[in-house]
Amino acid sequence: MSHESARVRAEALESLLIEKGLIDAERVDDVIVRYNERVGPMNGARIVARAWLDADFRARLLADGTEAIKEYEFEGGEIQKLVVVENSDKQHNVVVCTLCSCYPWAVLGLPPKWYKDPAYRSRVVREPRQVLSEFGTELEENVRVRVWDSSAEVRYLVLPQQPAEWLGLDEQTMVERITRNSMIGVERLA
Amino acid sequence: MNDVSIPLDGRYQPPLANGEVVFDQPWQGRVFGLAILLAEQDTFQWSDLQQSLIDVVAEWDNETDGRSGDYPYYELFAEALSRLMVQAGLLMESEVFSRDAEILARPHGHDHAHSHDQDH
Repeated sequence: MSHESARVRAEALESLLIEKGLIDAERVDDVIVRYNERVGPMNGARIVARAWLDADFRARLLADGTEAIKEYEFEGGEIQKLVVVENSDKQHNVVVCTLCSCYPWAVLGLPPKWYKDPAYRSRVVREPRQVLSEFGTELEENVRVRVWDSSAEVRYLVLPQQPAEWLGLDEQTMVERITRNSMIGVERLA
Repeated sequence: MNDVSIPLDGRYQPPLANGEVVFDQPWQGRVFGLAILLAEQDTFQWSDLQQSLIDVVAEWDNETDGRSGDYPYYELFAEALSRLMVQAGLLMESEVFSRDAEILARPHGHDHAHSHDQDH
């Protein structure tokens, strides 16, 4: 089966199964979104929201990310070492894998396409401010940018700053608003 | 070690880059998602899909005689899923082929997975 015929077949199967009522079209989308964006990022978002609300957890998370998230028993991902880096008024962190596409799968799900793009991988190291501004993230002059290069051994998660307007929101609402990109560090939350 | 919670082993698991599932094309993600959904709702067991993949991969090995460099995982996966649906009596082979033809006959650019937003 060629690439093109497989693409066609995939669509044929999906449409036939939907027509026969064997699957629900919306649930297919849900699963895909879950695997592409939600499951992982939701895990990361839970960690971030808790860190904002629970100072003790935040301290443990920053001291030893791997240990701190053990209690969650996240499925589908084994991270040898997770390092959580905290954004502040003085420092903005952004994650890349310059060699390939190492990514904290268990907490952020599947990596977005651009993360694997050679242009992102090389440019974010050379000109991080420019790359961030292309994501719509304009950093003030006095904010230091630090780029973290992932490897097979160490995966990074950015702890974004909590927007002032979010103070007082309940944890679940915050979890839903924390984006994948903010935890890679290419966006700020607002 | 692998990062995939999908119970497919060895050659039959999705391509990983450093332990992460990667899709080169959107349709690969969709067909993978379709399989996850069907397995989750117990339409089939992962072991059934793995067996179907084993058969399809064995045929591919035969046809390519070990000469092909690239292992077209999702192409084989789509074929394996398709056969499994037919074997399970959920779809008829003839209707799958007709649907393939309908999709291929569609005007280019219409609801096309690789549309570059130039249509309409």
